[in-house]
Amino acid sequence: MGILNYTEEHERFRQRLIDHIEKEIKPNAAKWEKDKIVPKEDWRKMGEKGFLSTAVAKEYGGPGLDFLYSVIVSEEMITSGQTGLAAGLHSDIIVPYIEAFGTEAIKKKFLPGCVSGDIITAVAMTEPAAGSDVASIETTAVEEGDEVIINGSKTFISNGINCDLVIVAAKDPGVESKHNALSLYLVEDGTPGFTRGRHLEKMGMYAQDTAELFFSDCRIPKENMLGEKGGGFIMLMQKLQQERLVSAISNVKAAEFLLEKAVEFCKTNEVDGKPLSKQQAVKFTLAELATETKLNRALLDQVIKGHMEGENIIAETMMIKYSSSEMANQLVDRLMDLFGEYGALESNHIAEHFRDLRITTIFAGTTEIMKTIIAQAMGL
Amino acid sequence: MFELTKPQKEIQKAAKDFAKGEFDKELAYELEKNNEFPTSIWKKAAELGFIGIHFPEKYSGGEMGLFENSLIIEELCRNDPSIGVAVAQASFASECIEKFGSEELKASYLPRIAEGEILSGGAFSETQRGGDYKNIQTTAEKKGGQWVLNGRKTHVINGSQAEVYVVLCKTDQTSASIENNLSMILVDADSTGLSAEPYGKKLGENMVKTAVLTLDNVSVPENKLVGKEGKGYSQMLAFLDDSRIIAASMALGNALASFDRMLDYIKGREQFGKKLASFQVTQHKVADMATKIELSRLIIHKAAWLRDKKKSDSSLCSMAKMTAARTAMEVGAQTIQLYGGYGYMTEYEVERFYRDAKIIELRDGARDVQKDIVASAVIGKIK
Repeated sequence: MGILNYTEEHERFRQRLIDHIEKEIKPNAAKWEKDKIVPKEDWRKMGEKGFLSTAVAKEYGGPGLDFLYSVIVSEEMITSGQTGLAAGLHSDIIVPYIEAFGTEAIKKKFLPGCVSGDIITAVAMTEPAAGSDVASIETTAVEEGDEVIINGSKTFISNGINCDLVIVAAKDPGVESKHNALSLYLVEDGTPGFTRGRHLEKMGMYAQDTAELFFSDCRIPKENMLGEKGGGFIMLMQKLQQERLVSAISNVKAAEFLLEKAVEFCKTNEVDGKPLSKQQAVKFTLAELATETKLNRALLDQVIKGHMEGENIIAETMMIKYSSSEMANQLVDRLMDLFGEYGALESNHIAEHFRDLRITTIFAGTTEIMKTIIAQAMGL
Repeated sequence: MFELTKPQKEIQKAAKDFAKGEFDKELAYELEKNNEFPTSIWKKAAELGFIGIHFPEKYSGGEMGLFENSLIIEELCRNDPSIGVAVAQASFASECIEKFGSEELKASYLPRIAEGEILSGGAFSETQRGGDYKNIQTTAEKKGGQWVLNGRKTHVINGSQAEVYVVLCKTDQTSASIENNLSMILVDADSTGLSAEPYGKKLGENMVKTAVLTLDNVSVPENKLVGKEGKGYSQMLAFLDDSRIIAASMALGNALASFDRMLDYIKGREQFGKKLASFQVTQHKVADMATKIELSRLIIHKAAWLRDKKKSDSSLCSMAKMTAARTAMEVGAQTIQLYGGYGYMTEYEVERFYRDAKIIELRDGARDVQKDIVASAVIGKIK
């Protein structure tokens, strides 16, 4: 049924990644979740093995691989038992901005590190008063000679503590039109004026070092601007599409993974002397959830294919993002009922997935924003 | 018929004021994080008569009904679902003693529970999933004026903290029918051979400990039998009516806790130049939530009212539990959604309410168990 052209090479890559996850990530997952951060060393280990920034072109130190490798990374990482080593975020959501919009000098300077894992990236758009309403951000970027001075605060930034390099969305206070004022800038860790705020405590995704970032008269070279001045909004619109797709890939895989676990549980757990799976209501629940998962998988694979072929699939990408996130949440909720009070014990990891999935209808564009864009694409 | 009486309104206000004065957001956060019971709040609640309000006065109760208990629980949980549930469940399973216990047992335990001296716990289920009260392997054999118990209980509420447990056990080893082979026996926590192993962190409700209880030749005096020997299962069913009304009330309070905060938030937060509350879709979501909350309250009140008139309707109690718990989940999820990124941060509380709501939904049987009960009552015997 699969319409994606996975080759033997893709499958060899997948197997190598599965092995790496088994040996290097799963044994550490509990510690990272407890510490609420992933050691930078472990990002480097991923990079060393060629699992980061797989799309980066060979001339910039990357393997120059197709998007299916990115799909594989996002899928397999969902089964790793932790959410902190956000490979998909780094490789396929953030690094693409640098590769698409950076100058040659910038690309040569930063991309090799993004591939090796020596440079962990973050992207800072959201502010306390501007989430969905990205155009209303207040962080400013003022040019002064050879430099740009950045002032403002960002919040909910993934990889916020670990990041060596952050893409900051900031506006020129002198430009009146909101949509023309935005630009994107690269800020390196250690730049005076760039500090971390709180390492935020969350409902789930414990190992992810989500944080506040503060910029106080933070001076960066003019060369650190990505793309055109004032082109921030357009760049975001272009690249956010892949962000939404990557998010959907994780959601669908999470649903498939959890469903598998639930089926195993139902087959072995007995109620009144027979396995749960013998109850008609349980069979139907699992059949329904399998159907919902399959429907989302079908659209997802179509969107991946269309994305790789450069088709105009804005609406479909928004659809699969919101659909997969809502479906995965409903799925884990219903599966939790099957696991009963046993499922609620944190030691069993279903609870962890329950907590981790709740954010997926919010980040990378809320369900409500997705529906708004779909309506727009329908001409409404 | 649909209005609260003056005494009921007073109880409701008293509970609301108590919670307002005593419950604290920062305290709730710390207690939840550290798996700690809100001991001082529980004791204050007991002092003010909020625990065991449905016990007779001679046992330090308020001589009121489960309806009034439901109002109290709703108000406490509305202020803080985690603290509210801990206080509401301080007297867990005590209804078994109150309904079926001898005068001696009632006088011995109920006042201590109502006065906040001891916590009570219920050791009923034995399965991994919980919520199953039919497959009981824990045995109780009569030996020289004592009951000797052996077995293992799962998901015991207040396990390792309670001073007394109501234990559902098999007293007739020869009969295969649950209609006459089960009994309820009170076991003090300090009994030799009784050990409790807490489960550790749960998805929610971390102020309340749940544990596995192991009984290894635990010996208790014969007079610790609660109610009739062999009638444990029917007593359990009667208790579950009360327990489900209580669970439903906790869920209703939980839903309101999210709903109240959500309303405040959407009236204050602006995006795209207007308040979130100005968006039509948001307004429709609020309408849906308000409707579900109203429905939940109505069914809980009817179930509680019938119970207090000694006409308890088990099917209705299951419907109430199922409805209210699902409402708490739906309102909880939408609240987090409307809070956006903030909804995911522990600082903003609402994620904790949602996690707590799921625990209530799973307790005493998830939706499938409740549906089996309702279906059985509605369809009746199939010829």
